[in-house]
Amino acid sequence: MAAGRVVKVLSKTLPQAVPTMLGIVVLNFLLLKMLPGDVADTIAMEAGSATAESMAALRERLGLNLGLFDQVLVYLNNLIHLDLGKSARLGAPVTTLILGRLPDTLMLVLTALGFALVTGVLLGWIMSAFAGKWPDRLISVVLIFVYAMPGFWLGLMAIVLFSVKLGWLPSNGSASIGANYQGWAYFIDRLRYLVMPALALSLFYAAIYARLTRSAMLEVQQQDFMRTAAAKGLHPIVMQFRHALRNALIPVTTVAGMHLGNMLGGAMVIETVFGWPGMGSLALDSVINRDFAVLLGILLLSSLLVILANVIVDILQSWLDPRIELR
Amino acid sequence: MKTVPVLEVLDLAIGFPAARAVHGVSFEIHKGEMMALVGESGCGKSLTAFAIMRLLPPGARIQNGQVIFDGTDLATISPRELRRIRGNGISLILQEPMTSLNPVLTVGVQVAEIIRQHQNLSRAAAKARVLELFDLVGITEPHKRYDQYPHNFSGGMRQRVMIAMAVACNPALLIADEPTTALDVTIQAQVMDLLDKLRRELSMAVLLITHDLGVVAQWADRVAVMYAGRIVETAPVQKFFSAPQHPYSMGLLNSSVSNGEGAWHYTNHRLSEIKGSVASAAQATGCSFAPRCRHVIAPCHGGQPKLEAVEKGWLATCCRAQNQEERIHEFA
Ligand SMILES: Nc1ncnc2c1ncn2[C@@H]1O[C@H](COP(=O)(O)OP(=O)(O)OP(=O)(O)O)[C@@H](O)[C@H]1O
Ligand SMILES: [Mg+2]
Repeated sequence: MAAGRVVKVLSKTLPQAVPTMLGIVVLNFLLLKMLPGDVADTIAMEAGSATAESMAALRERLGLNLGLFDQVLVYLNNLIHLDLGKSARLGAPVTTLILGRLPDTLMLVLTALGFALVTGVLLGWIMSAFAGKWPDRLISVVLIFVYAMPGFWLGLMAIVLFSVKLGWLPSNGSASIGANYQGWAYFIDRLRYLVMPALALSLFYAAIYARLTRSAMLEVQQQDFMRTAAAKGLHPIVMQFRHALRNALIPVTTVAGMHLGNMLGGAMVIETVFGWPGMGSLALDSVINRDFAVLLGILLLSSLLVILANVIVDILQSWLDPRIELR
Repeated sequence: MKTVPVLEVLDLAIGFPAARAVHGVSFEIHKGEMMALVGESGCGKSLTAFAIMRLLPPGARIQNGQVIFDGTDLATISPRELRRIRGNGISLILQEPMTSLNPVLTVGVQVAEIIRQHQNLSRAAAKARVLELFDLVGITEPHKRYDQYPHNFSGGMRQRVMIAMAVACNPALLIADEPTTALDVTIQAQVMDLLDKLRRELSMAVLLITHDLGVVAQWADRVAVMYAGRIVETAPVQKFFSAPQHPYSMGLLNSSVSNGEGAWHYTNHRLSEIKGSVASAAQATGCSFAPRCRHVIAPCHGGQPKLEAVEKGWLATCCRAQNQEERIHEFA
């Protein structure tokens, strides 16, 4: 049954995914080409001097002398062979660069999303159970505060407090370099680096999910089937868990799935603030240095991740909500 | 012979913070009996039904009265004791089969749930019992149906699922709040036939809430008519249809059922064609039906009349009904 659902979702999404990806690649390619300056300028600038001839030679070597259309075709042709080109500035293949950064970004984003979901649903549930009473009001006020704070600012304040003033948590990087921890110590070390950036990234979303869960739970309580459940003599806790929460999770997972893309974007800022060696900081570097091959690769992978997230959400949805008939 | 009623509601009053909606309702239901509660929309039928199981909507509260079931007053027992009675001693069927089942759980799970709540059965035994119940209520291919979701069922089939759920623990009393209103006429008859068969087989008492006097005439034993939060007449069905005592009952009969050759035909009319509208139950001086009554006499403004016997087992709140000379003989 579950496997059947997965196949259904995939057969529905994959045919759309390929043209979508193609569109994203071409569009991003063209947009980036519209920016003034190219990577030859950056290399020349870093070298400190350049003649017109050396620039032309450099452009020819990098394929920048071709027409725009030909450049797109070359890029796509390479892409088919899973070759995203080389970083003109760093010399390394783009795939190597990106895949080296992917695990850290995924760890950050997935931790943030998971934390936001768990905390948000829990808080929203508590709020709905005490709707209108002081726990509800108190959490509401805190949520508005969190909602209004930009994540990077929360991150900076956290660095000031926990790293600078109290010295409890490291403020830069994703692991102690050269410490070579094993097992449990390794886990704790990673966790100490992860806590602040993950929280900074997730609190905004936790606030959204809390409000969403609260209203969804309150709405579910009004439904006839909740009266049916009560009339069966079920314990209120069973009613909440088995009957209410599952219905309330449907809108929350939909929204959370759509947020994965936003979070990848938000991670870019947070990674920069915390010196987190992920795709976000790599992207920022490549924008500043006009290293378009790397940037394109990152955009490509991000859209791939978003599409993947949508597939996962679809599968989750069809499990949570059997009314969704996948054709 | 005097038997103890299955359910005895005594002077039950239900109110919202703003106003009282049900003003002291009393009735009793005996074993195996189907009692119909009829009345216009908004007269408090559902509130009365929900109050019996203490399932009132937020804001509504039982303000007075008792609900005696099995020797205890349900209005005052602990939530824990109440949970033992809900679904087990008394069960409930709601009007809207489309929304009264949880859309994200299979129907099998939802019926098995009530069995496992009240009986110490294994998962497998509960499932076997559910399949048996599906068979009983006429759900074909019970094995296949067990794992399906409510949206795979038609309205009539969902109501059968609700009925299977309601009778799963052999309750002494079944409350059905307009169980057939949302269904089309042929399905209505099937569902009512099923309820009727089950109450005989399981000797359940049934409190049937309905708009439809055709349903009452065909399936109920006794009828209680509610108007603006009060019961205005309660009578055995045949007597009620041949000589209603309360002017409101007469109006209901005139407006909703065709009376050809003494037979009460099945019609789908609603009880809305009486002139005027439900008087605000809050205005308490005099009989609450007086503003709409065609037979008002001086005593009608003297105070809210009590429910008094016309005959044994036949009560009405009309001051004219108790008085032979003043009786209205509209249906004679
Ligand atoms: N929040 C509220 N505050 C005050 N009065 C309310 C509130 N909610 C409902 N009521 C009143 O309670 C009554 C509801 O009665 P109930 O739902 O039992 O009617 P009913 O006889 O079942 O009608 P129907 O046939 O439409 O189901 C109505 O008269 C309505 O005006
Ligand atoms: Mg009702």
